[in-house]
Amino acid sequence: MTENTRIPPRFRAPSALTWVLVVGFAAFFIQGVVASEISFDRLVRGASNLVRFIGQAVPPDFARAPNIADAMWETLNIAVVGVTFGCLFSIPLALLAARNTAPNAVVRTVARFVISVSRTIPDLIWALIFVVTVGLGPLAGILAIIMDTIGFAARFYSERFEEVQKGPSEALTSTGAGRLSVIFGAILPESFASMTATSLFSVEKAIRSAVTLGLVGAGGIGVELSTAMRLFRYDQAAAIILVILVVVVVFEQISSSIRKRII
Amino acid sequence: MTSAICCTELRVSYGQLEVLRGVTFDIPVGQGVVLLGANGCGKSTLMRSLNGLEKLQSGRILIHGDSLADASRGELRRIRRGMGYVFQQFNLVPQLSAFQNVLLGAMGRHRFGLLSCLGMTASAQERARAMACLERVGMADRAQHRPSQLSGGQQQRVAIARMLMQAPKVVIADEPIASLDPKAGREVLDLLWQIVREEGLSMLCTLHQLDLAREYADRIIGMKAGQVAIDAAIADTDPVQLNALYTGMTRVDAKGEEDAA
Repeated sequence: MTENTRIPPRFRAPSALTWVLVVGFAAFFIQGVVASEISFDRLVRGASNLVRFIGQAVPPDFARAPNIADAMWETLNIAVVGVTFGCLFSIPLALLAARNTAPNAVVRTVARFVISVSRTIPDLIWALIFVVTVGLGPLAGILAIIMDTIGFAARFYSERFEEVQKGPSEALTSTGAGRLSVIFGAILPESFASMTATSLFSVEKAIRSAVTLGLVGAGGIGVELSTAMRLFRYDQAAAIILVILVVVVVFEQISSSIRKRII
Repeated sequence: MTSAICCTELRVSYGQLEVLRGVTFDIPVGQGVVLLGANGCGKSTLMRSLNGLEKLQSGRILIHGDSLADASRGELRRIRRGMGYVFQQFNLVPQLSAFQNVLLGAMGRHRFGLLSCLGMTASAQERARAMACLERVGMADRAQHRPSQLSGGQQQRVAIARMLMQAPKVVIADEPIASLDPKAGREVLDLLWQIVREEGLSMLCTLHQLDLAREYADRIIGMKAGQVAIDAAIADTDPVQLNALYTGMTRVDAKGEEDAA
């Protein structure tokens, strides 16, 4: 070791920016705690209300099982139809948004903008918008799921397209093949496994959001759930929640086992 | 007779770095030329620019008399169609079978590109042709295998079959055996030159083995630091001259004598 190599200090003063961020966050946090009036008293009352809710919810009332089944079926319809269209629309959008497949920078910027708008707006807000535009019911739900899926799937597809090896595409380009042929002959096959995995994730995500879309009137089991809650029929609500739980878990299992096989 | 490849004063730069510094040569139809040169001397850039994958700064490339530089998109595709390219890394599409990869070689020939070249939709004639190409490189029994199930040598054979499927007149082979072991490399090189000779194709092939170069080539072009240093018929080259390609200032990105060792 030479004279001028020094052991690094144990502690270094944080930069001004770090100080600003830490103090700013702490202030915001404390203000939040104060503003939401978290008090021991309210938590205790909340706990006793929860016990009362559970008391009324058990045993769950499955008397309306046929209606619940219908609504659940509608939810699955919304999810599957929405996610299928969403994934289909995502492919061209993703091709336009990926650096190596976009025809030019303008188109790419526009496509990326469309994708990020559909991602940034939450699914419930899409549902509210479509309930206003196409009316109550499953169509609004489907449209909301399509937008939500595009925001998710198109982004991941396009990132995948950008990651493919350049070699095979160059090889096909060098045979005199056109741009589209190269995209469909090399880039899509290379991305196929990852796209399938992304699409299955979208299905899982779509089922979870389709459940809640009914809360704003966009069809599906959420409508049943919000009605039961408003009528204080917690036993019926419990039955609905149980059904949702089972269906979502089953779908996630199926989808993850398919994903494991593909990758 | 027009030459297969005619390059005049090619210059290519990446930013400040001049990679090709006035490369001129001419390959007559039917000649097999080996391009030698140390790593980083500009060989690959030269090969890529012959196919229009790299933009020229100045100079002119004629492929069978057609100029690459002022070709429209359609013309460029037509020129590429006549030029087979064999890559060091094979560049097969990993998710597709050997058969499908070979079929893709015909894409440039068809108006509907890919649609006429899918295993499902290709004409019986093209399918038979693809199979014949695989047979010619000795890979017919592996038609349904994916590239990952094949050895490096076998993958390069499939890539050669794809090149055959394309039915080119000129072949560019960019270090076709550099990622293969000596035995597989020798077999692939035998096959490649045999096909080139039988079909009467013109070829420009880069190699790193001087002995193989002397064995196969009609003529040797040696590059050093972005310029042609040797251009001679095989009989007129001697090992001392060839070895000189690999000593001293060989790289295009060398700053001074001390970096270039």
